[in-house]
Amino acid sequence: MNAPLDPRTPADLALSRPAPAQPCRLPAGGLVDRGRGLSFTFDGRRLSGLAGDTLASALLANGIHLVGRSFKYHRPRGILSAGTEEPNALVELRSGARREPNTRATMAELFEGLEARSQNRWPSLGLDLGAVNGVFAPILAAGFYYKTFMWPPSFWEKLYEPLIRRAAGLGRAPEGADPDHYERMHAFCDVLVVGGGPAGLMAALAAGRAGARVILAEEDRELGGRLLAEAEEVDGMPGPAWVQSVEAELAAMPRVRLLRRTSAFAVLDHGVVGAVERVADHLPVPPAHLPRQRYWKIVARRIVLAAGAIERPVVFGGNDRPGVMLGGAVRAYLNRYAVRPGQSAVVFTAGDDGWRTVADLARAGASVEAVVDARSEIPAQQARLAARLGARLVAGGRITGTAGWHRIAAVEIGDDRGCTEGRGADLLAMGGGWTPAIHLSCHRGGKPRWDDALAAFLPGTTPPGMSVAGAAAGRFTTAAVLADGAREGAAAARDCGFAATEPQVPRAEDTPDARVALFHVPASRGKAFVDFQHDVTAKDVALAHREGFRSVEHVKRYTTLGMATDQGKTANVTGLAILAEIAGRSIPGTGTTVFRPPWTPVAIGTIAGHHRGKAFRPTRRTPTHAWAAANGATFVEVGPWLRAQWYARPGETEWQQSVAREVAAVRNAAGICDVSTLGKIEVTGPGAAALLDLVYANTISTLAVGRVRYGVMLREDGFVMDDGTVARIAEDRFFVTTTTANAGKVLQHMEFCHQVLRPDLDVSMISVTDAWAQVSIAGPRAREVVAGLVDPGPDLSNAALPHMAWRAVGVDGVPARLYRLSFSGELAYELGVPPDLGEAVMRRAVELGATPYGTEALAVLRIEKGHPAGGELNGQTTARDLGLGRMVSTKKDCIGRRLAERPALTDPARPVLVGLKPVDARTPLRAGAHLFMPGAEPVTANDQGYVTSACVSPTLGHPIALGLLSRGAERVGERVRVLDPVRGGDTEAEVCAPCFVDPEGVRTRG
Amino acid sequence: MRIPCPFCGDRGNEEFTVLGAAGLARPAPEADDAAWHDYVHLRDNPAGAHRELWHHVFGCRAWLVVERDTRTHAVLSVTPAKERAA
Amino acid sequence: MHYSVFSLLRNALSGNRSWTPAWRDPEPKPAYDTVIVGGGGHGLATAYYLAKEHGITDVAVVEKGYIGSGNVGRNTTIIRSNYLLPANTPFYEKSLQLWEGLEQDINYNAMVSQRGVLNLCHSDAQRDAYARRGNAMQLAGVDAELLDAAQVRAMVPGLDMDNARFPVKGGLLQRRGGTVRHDAVAWGYARAADRRGVDILQNTEVTGILVEGGRVTGVETTRGTIRAKRVGLAAAGNSSRVAAMAGLRLPIESHVLQAFVSEAVKPLIHTVVTFGAGHFYVSQSDKGGLVFGGDIDGYNSYAQRGSLPVVEDVMESAVALFPAFSRLRYLRQWGGIMDMSMDGSPIIDRTPVDGLFLNCGWCYGGFKATPASGWCFAHTIATGAPHALNAGFRLDRFATGRVVDEKGAGAQPNLH
Repeated sequence: MNAPLDPRTPADLALSRPAPAQPCRLPAGGLVDRGRGLSFTFDGRRLSGLAGDTLASALLANGIHLVGRSFKYHRPRGILSAGTEEPNALVELRSGARREPNTRATMAELFEGLEARSQNRWPSLGLDLGAVNGVFAPILAAGFYYKTFMWPPSFWEKLYEPLIRRAAGLGRAPEGADPDHYERMHAFCDVLVVGGGPAGLMAALAAGRAGARVILAEEDRELGGRLLAEAEEVDGMPGPAWVQSVEAELAAMPRVRLLRRTSAFAVLDHGVVGAVERVADHLPVPPAHLPRQRYWKIVARRIVLAAGAIERPVVFGGNDRPGVMLGGAVRAYLNRYAVRPGQSAVVFTAGDDGWRTVADLARAGASVEAVVDARSEIPAQQARLAARLGARLVAGGRITGTAGWHRIAAVEIGDDRGCTEGRGADLLAMGGGWTPAIHLSCHRGGKPRWDDALAAFLPGTTPPGMSVAGAAAGRFTTAAVLADGAREGAAAARDCGFAATEPQVPRAEDTPDARVALFHVPASRGKAFVDFQHDVTAKDVALAHREGFRSVEHVKRYTTLGMATDQGKTANVTGLAILAEIAGRSIPGTGTTVFRPPWTPVAIGTIAGHHRGKAFRPTRRTPTHAWAAANGATFVEVGPWLRAQWYARPGETEWQQSVAREVAAVRNAAGICDVSTLGKIEVTGPGAAALLDLVYANTISTLAVGRVRYGVMLREDGFVMDDGTVARIAEDRFFVTTTTANAGKVLQHMEFCHQVLRPDLDVSMISVTDAWAQVSIAGPRAREVVAGLVDPGPDLSNAALPHMAWRAVGVDGVPARLYRLSFSGELAYELGVPPDLGEAVMRRAVELGATPYGTEALAVLRIEKGHPAGGELNGQTTARDLGLGRMVSTKKDCIGRRLAERPALTDPARPVLVGLKPVDARTPLRAGAHLFMPGAEPVTANDQGYVTSACVSPTLGHPIALGLLSRGAERVGERVRVLDPVRGGDTEAEVCAPCFVDPEGVRTRG
Repeated sequence: MRIPCPFCGDRGNEEFTVLGAAGLARPAPEADDAAWHDYVHLRDNPAGAHRELWHHVFGCRAWLVVERDTRTHAVLSVTPAKERAA
Repeated sequence: MHYSVFSLLRNALSGNRSWTPAWRDPEPKPAYDTVIVGGGGHGLATAYYLAKEHGITDVAVVEKGYIGSGNVGRNTTIIRSNYLLPANTPFYEKSLQLWEGLEQDINYNAMVSQRGVLNLCHSDAQRDAYARRGNAMQLAGVDAELLDAAQVRAMVPGLDMDNARFPVKGGLLQRRGGTVRHDAVAWGYARAADRRGVDILQNTEVTGILVEGGRVTGVETTRGTIRAKRVGLAAAGNSSRVAAMAGLRLPIESHVLQAFVSEAVKPLIHTVVTFGAGHFYVSQSDKGGLVFGGDIDGYNSYAQRGSLPVVEDVMESAVALFPAFSRLRYLRQWGGIMDMSMDGSPIIDRTPVDGLFLNCGWCYGGFKATPASGWCFAHTIATGAPHALNAGFRLDRFATGRVVDEKGAGAQPNLH
């Protein structure tokens, strides 16, 4: 019997089962919405949480601590933090094309149906065989791979590296193209406040009240920072309530923009800040009208950095077990999320800060088993608290080890007399102090300075226009933070010219945190992790130092400390402290930590925005595009343009058939081709002729009004830059065309020549590329086609409009220009009309018997005539190489004339333009093949040149090519070997003049 | 990076292209080879204040002489090249 | 201490407490035969090959910061010899051959990984240009293959082959190209040079070059005067500043090049891929991070940081090429200072000052050149004349017009 087809994924099925209750959710309190339960899955297991949860808080509410595995040793890892600094709790969020590997559970907001998987484990999170690496840890110490895997040499790519690659990496990339979209925003403000905690709120309030344009960017979904996580009052009300009151005031200010879920990730020169707003990451799928994320480019006159501080883990043996958490994170889970992350807790602190954790745990009904305080003197009030809670108090204590596997089960406590004791615990709250989040102050090269009293790096030199406030500036009481924010916000607004006064600072907690510096417990058992995610231990740091890696940068690079997805937010300073300890130096004497962007990992696609797929770059279409599309054209990308490549007719199965027909039409009747992509520049003014004489190698000033001249321009280094035509419209007005590829470059160059080299010339120039639809009408019958296109009147006879002349005409009564120009070698015209007439001209020309032709036929026609184009104008050729040497006037100055005289550019052995005909007329020649003397060994030393352009000539009935051949002009009639090893080509060709068809130019002038 | 264009105001550097050192005097056509080599190829390339040519290519299309510190990127002055040469 | 699996095991058993420094930290001697200015990849390699190939061991490498603090530690780790011009191809091929035997030679695993370098093409003209280049490579004895679109699709899953603005038409593949763990190159050469007697002087900044009667006699440093018969400059990024100490003006501008690395993910791409319709190149490191970069920012800079327009361009190109990269996050970015030369090619040559030698102008191709650069520079210093392999990299080529301009971009450094 077939099972009924069930479209539901395993995750769907899991979600359809009722979720268990959340055993570790506190019955009351917190900022979660108890009315809105949410279902989610973790490793396929159905769980429930509440609106307002992060994935981390929801997992903890369900009593789940084991969330991931570490990079190298595959150690079980839990949730260390409650914020952006999380090194351990990384998951694959969502699935399929929306899978987001390495997502921090602490930053992922819970939504209905959220799907998360643990990563980098096999076969399961609980039983990960990679954990065997831990046994071999002594061998797998820092930098071990530099010392081995060298024998036998061939085994690296075949065996060792594939194994390493498979084992490395964390999560899996999404499958397929990203279905979501992204957008880019530009914003300008007077004061950008980074961080919406107490300092940032006060700064925004101060600047906003003064009338400044303020942007406040907060990484969290809610404003408030630590005030959401602590049980403390501000202005006589609970912290979150005060936050709400400020938020309401800010929201009512029209010149203040609040950006929540927004990380300012980079500070750049001149007040430019890059930020990412996670617009819809908290939703199962972005609504159709919203991007997933938004990339903000903010230009700020002043920046107030109020990014807060990050708690530092202490380095001791077993400090990585699930259930070992930062004290501040424990308080955040208790107070903000109403989750009790453990029932029996030990608190390890270096000062007053940990005692808040003790109090909050006790209030939440957890049993505090012990408080291990690194200080030898404990304030009486705290000692009384311990006594009241029945907690063992160890003054001058250290954690010297932990036990447990998937979760901590016990700790070992050492006191200052060297005695140790064990304690059962399912939660260890630790903290060695707080590290100011000064990252953004370093992005422009600012060096932090060490503050001994705070045992922390503070901003040293800040970039111009930036000030730092609050905990990021080393203020660690709420009252000081609030005051600092008010001061810096007002100062920033005043710098922008606003009469700002500091808002009154609300009453708040103002007891300085008395603590000792605590980084490391050297005498502890087990692996003591500095960088959790990368499994860098204190021993690794010592080993690096022992091996001569003494600069902080060397230690980082050798051990990979700080290189993980958390970018060392919890590891860098501790690593430095341990290095200093080993080296017997002070921390500032050992080095500083420098931070480069981004502050937090940023999705590549967010910055790419809409520039992806077909919209990666703008597409330029010619005025006749729609007509061409309707008439069977196949299009080809030519730089930014789409051009008709050929027009297939019914029955033509190969593109070559279409091209041959189009070429034949031009040679025998008439063809029409849209050449609007050529760059077109109008140069006007009394100085125009003089400027063009400088720009072009040949003389333009002698050109008569009504005539057109082919022109070649050099770069100042003497090589050819571009070619094109110049028509003299009036004494002081020229119409210049360039190649399609160089349209922008040539205009820029002409502007340079004018504004920088010859500002004395009264001349101006403008691109008119888009102002004209320009078509080429070529072939023996071109004149009659043209006569049928233009308004009656003009004399189009050869005498009245000879080759290289132009005249004004009308098309439907609209002024147009008719140039007698030929790229194909036939009687030919270019007709320029306003763009909206382009399609009509094409249509009528076809009615008059012209055959539309595309770029392929265009190329064949010009190769048959030996005109240099893209393959030859490659920036490596001189005018002489291309047979244009005589065009370089020696009678006047021009760009590039002098350097074109350098010995290597006038060397007679240089390859010059030749024509090539295969000896065996059936063998095609290909561009890119190299040329040799027949019989010469095919090695670099004998290389005589190469094929630049090739085609099968429908006119001649055999393949032809253009090439650059050493001393080619002297070798007409000789044979060369045409070698194309990458495509298996090896044939002989006869050297000929580059012009294959009508070398005398009779047809052109006809 | 932001460049204060004298014609358009403060603009992002994505609107500009940079050519290189400014203030190089193009030698007379008859000047010796060394002078031409120097003009086209040799550069002071200082660490510090540097005068260079920027083109406001997606703006007013003015060529500007921007004096900028190559260590800090601080913009010290901006003058239209045309004006400077006049 | 010789590195091997046995030394690893032996040390593991003794708690890794017996490892010795990879290189000494000596006091500067008053005089050396040769002083190399710059303790980056090129300077350290030069010192190593001076000792190994020419028996010159009385050598000091003078480094203002820590070794490898410049571009050898700030690049996208790509090695290749897929060059067009005859002045380049044999030189870079020599480099690739030295890479192939490097680890056994210096007893240090730099993780030379020949996973292939694939340059994509997006037009017929570009394919022909790659054919020209591939042919030039084969004629010089270098491996090169021209792939069609189907072969590219099979080789690089995840490329946007069906909805791209600039469809992939094929590519030029050099299978022997690949990546190398960049820092390890500096450390490996340093350790190997140290073992041959070279003094590596870190935190020693050169403040002057001593020239007497047109001949170099030593350098002034922040740790005192060091006399030397020969001085080799290998301070790319800062070449103009160092050369100015000897009164030289160079055909070089210093520019910033940014590079990026993503969070580590399970293996996703296996070869180095470069985009032909934009400036973008990417590989995946053994650790799992995507390592990628793009164009230089375009303005002179000695600050090791760039600006957002290039960041945007790089990210756009990444997603255009590999749509699944969109949700991956970039983790770190950095800027390196490049010696951008007037033709896009380096200079390894004597200078007008006797005994003073110059190695500079690497643009953003210096990393792959490290072994051959050191090898050729050592030869040039030891013999007083360039080797055939670096004969094209003369300082006077700009005056004579014998430029080595792979791109045909002309004398504008930021276009190379």
